[in-house]
Amino acid sequence: MSTVNVKINNIPVEVEEGTTILTAAQQVGVKIPTLCYHPDLPAWAACGICVVKIEGSPKMMRACATPVVEGMSVITHDSEIVKVRRTVIELILSTHPNDCLECPRNQNCELQRLAAEFGIREMPYEDRLRDLPVDESTPSIVLNPEKCVLCGRCANVCQVMQDVWALEFIGRGDDVRIAPAGDINLEDSPCIKCGQCSAHCPVGAIYEQDDTAKVWEALRDPDMHCAVQIAPAVRVALGEAFGMDPGSIVTGKIYTALRRLGFDSVFDTNFSADLTIMEEGTEFIERFVNGNGDLPLITSCCPSWVDYMEKYYDDMIPSFSTAKSPQMMMAAMMKTYYANKIGIDPCSMFSVSVMPCTSKKYEITRCEAMYSSGCQDIDVSVTTRELARMIKQAGIDFENLPEEEADNPLGIYTGGGTIFGATGGVMEAALRTAYHLVTGEELGNVNLIDVRGLDGIKEASVDIKGTEVRVAVAHSISNVTKVLDKVREARLKGQEPPYHFIEVMACRGGCIGGGGQPYGATDELRNKRIAGIYQDDERSEFRCSHQNPAIIELYNDFLEKPLSHVSHKYLHTKYTPRPIYTK
Amino acid sequence: MAVREVDIDFSQDLLDYIEVWKEKPGNLIMMLHRIQEEFGYIPREAAIKLTHLTGVPLAKVYGVVTFYHFFKLEKPGKHKIQVCMGTACYLKGGEDLIQELENLLGIGVNQTTEDEEFSVEAVRCVGCCGLAPVIVVDGEVYGKLKKDQLPEILAKHRGE
Ligand code: SF4
Ligand code: SF4
Ligand code: SF4
Ligand code: FES
Repeated sequence: MSTVNVKINNIPVEVEEGTTILTAAQQVGVKIPTLCYHPDLPAWAACGICVVKIEGSPKMMRACATPVVEGMSVITHDSEIVKVRRTVIELILSTHPNDCLECPRNQNCELQRLAAEFGIREMPYEDRLRDLPVDESTPSIVLNPEKCVLCGRCANVCQVMQDVWALEFIGRGDDVRIAPAGDINLEDSPCIKCGQCSAHCPVGAIYEQDDTAKVWEALRDPDMHCAVQIAPAVRVALGEAFGMDPGSIVTGKIYTALRRLGFDSVFDTNFSADLTIMEEGTEFIERFVNGNGDLPLITSCCPSWVDYMEKYYDDMIPSFSTAKSPQMMMAAMMKTYYANKIGIDPCSMFSVSVMPCTSKKYEITRCEAMYSSGCQDIDVSVTTRELARMIKQAGIDFENLPEEEADNPLGIYTGGGTIFGATGGVMEAALRTAYHLVTGEELGNVNLIDVRGLDGIKEASVDIKGTEVRVAVAHSISNVTKVLDKVREARLKGQEPPYHFIEVMACRGGCIGGGGQPYGATDELRNKRIAGIYQDDERSEFRCSHQNPAIIELYNDFLEKPLSHVSHKYLHTKYTPRPIYTK
Repeated sequence: MAVREVDIDFSQDLLDYIEVWKEKPGNLIMMLHRIQEEFGYIPREAAIKLTHLTGVPLAKVYGVVTFYHFFKLEKPGKHKIQVCMGTACYLKGGEDLIQELENLLGIGVNQTTEDEEFSVEAVRCVGCCGLAPVIVVDGEVYGKLKKDQLPEILAKHRGE
C-alpha cells in the first residue's frame, strides 16, 4: 500500500493513500467536528460542519469526503473556518425544535454536543420548524422527522448495511424529509425493526420505543411476581452507559442492579441460549445425519432476520430452524417450568427481557407461539439503553455495585450460551454441541476461530469424524443476501447446497452491535465488546451447552429430550410469508 | 423480492421501453417519464410494478418521484388549476387564492377532488406579473383575481 505525506496544521503525517483529511487529522490528534459522517457508512457530505482549508486553494473542502494527496497542507481551525462551522450549526438549530429537556437524546445527542462545544448562546436565525407527524407505528422504533437534521445516516444504514430500503429522502427543498416510500407508516413498510437507524441517528429523530413505564408499574405492583432475563450482549455493553470501558463484563453488577430495582427473579438469557443450542443442534443432526428436512439449516434467533426472511426470502422458510429465539425460550420456561416450581400462576408473573435489540419488542407478539404459556410469554422487552436509564433513575451507583449471582435454575450458563452475543457465536456453540451429539465425544479444541470476527461473510468447514460440515456466518443483512443467493442458485441448478448450516444476525457484529445498545458503536468498539464476550466464554466452567447441569436437569424434569412433543409445544415456532407494500 | 403482486396493465410499448432501459444509467427517471405519459401520473400500483420489473426498491422510486416537481403521485383532475406563486402573485395574495380554493373544493395543493373534476397546483411565475394575482385554468389565464370570482370560474369550467 503506498503512502502519502501531508501536513495537518503544519504537523507532518504519513498516511495510506486514499485516507480522508478527517482520518489523517485524527492520527495527529486533531479533531475536526462532524455531524453527518459516520465511520460505518460511505461519506455523504451533507452537513458541511467538517470544512477545512487547503493551502493554495480558495475553496473550503469537506474533510470527511476529501482524500489527502501528496504534499497537501491542511488547516483545520482558524477564525474563518470556525465561523463557517458555527453558522452551519446555527442554521441547523433554526430548523430544530429546542426542547432538549424532553428529548430522548438529552445529554447523548451529537447536535447538542456541537452546540455546547461551539458555545452557542443565542439563535440568530428565525425558526423554520417543520410540522410533521411522528410515526409510532412499530413496536420497536419511533420516527420523529421534526428533529431530523437530514444527515442521511438512517437511510444509508437501512439501504447500504441492511438492504431493507424502508427509509428514503422523500420530497425536495424545504419539504425533504425521511420517510418510507409513499408516506406510509413504518409498520407498513419493509422495515425489519433492527433499530440500526436509531443507533446511528445523531439526534432524537429516530429512537427506541420506551417501555420503561410499564416495567416500573409492574415493579410497584405487590401482587406481581416480576421476573427478568438479560441477553448475552447486554453484559459487555451496559457498562459504557456508566462510563466504563467498552467490553467490560458487568454481568454480576447487572444481577445486583436488577434485584435493587425490585425484580423477584433474575435470570440469564445465556441459559436459554444453551437450550436453543440443544434444540437447534439436534434439529441440525436430524437434517444432516438423518436426512429429515431441508439443508442448509438457517438460524432463527434474530427476529429482524426472521422478519426479513418472511418478507424477502419466503422460499427459504423450510430451511429455517423452527427453534424460538433464546429470549422466547426463556420466557416460556419462566412461565411454565419455573412458575410451576415456585407455585404461582403464570399470568401473575410479569416477565421482562433486557435486550440489545429493538426488534425483540416486535418479537414478543409476532405470532401465536409467543403465548405458549397461556398468556403473553414476555410482557415487556426493554433495550440496554432503557435499562441504563432505569438504573440511573433508581439512584443506583452501578459502577460500584457488588457482584451477585443469577437465580436458579434458569440462570446457569456455559460459554456456548454467552457467545450468542457475537457474530459467529451461535454457529460455534452449535458445532461444539453437534460434535458431541454425533460422536458422543467432546471436541478437543472448542475454539472455532474461523467463524469469529467482523468479516461480513465467514465460511468454514468442520470435520466431524470424517464428515465435512460446510458452514457460513453472515451479519448485516446486505451480506446475508449474498449467501442466500448462492443457496438459491444451487437449488435452481439442482446442485448440492453450498452450505449445510448458516448463521445470520441482522446487526453488524451480531447482537453486541444491536440497535438497542449504548450509542457510538464503530468497528473499534464492536471489537472490544466481542473481546468481552469471548473472555466470558473462556472463563466459564463449561464451554459447551450440552454440559450445562441446569439444562440437563430441565430435560430430565420437564422437557424429556430435544425435539420432544413438550419441546415442540414451548420452544418452537412457525413462519409465514409477509409480502411487503400491501398498502 | 416479495413485494406484493399488483394488478395494473402496462402497454406493450411501455414494457418494451422498460426492458431496454432498465440496465442503463439514469434509467429510473426515463422509465418514470414514460409511466407518467401513459397514466398522466405515477399510480402507486405502477410504481410497485416497476420495482417488480426492474428490482429497484420502491423507496428509491419514491425518492426520485418526489424529488422532481414534474412527477405527480395523484391522478390529475379533468380541469387543471394552476395558482401562480411567483413573487408578484405571492405578494398580491396567491396564498389566499389557494386557501379559498381549498374552502371551495376541499382540496389543497397537489390534490384532486373526489369527483376527479379539478386538481390544484402551485406553479412558478407564469410570466404575467402585471396581472397578479393570477391563476390558469386549463390554459386560460385569469388575472387581477379576487377570491369572490373563483366560484364563477369553477362553475364555468365544470360545465365544459
Ligand atoms: S429499523 Fe432497521 S429496517 Fe427499520 S428503518 Fe431502521 S434501519 Fe431500516
Ligand atoms: S432521522 Fe436521524 S439519521 Fe436519519 S437523516 Fe434524520 S437526523 Fe439523520
Ligand atoms: S442481531 Fe441481535 S440485536 Fe440485531 S436485530 Fe438481530 S437479535 Fe436484535
Ligand atoms: S461531517 Fe463532513 S459534511 Fe457532514
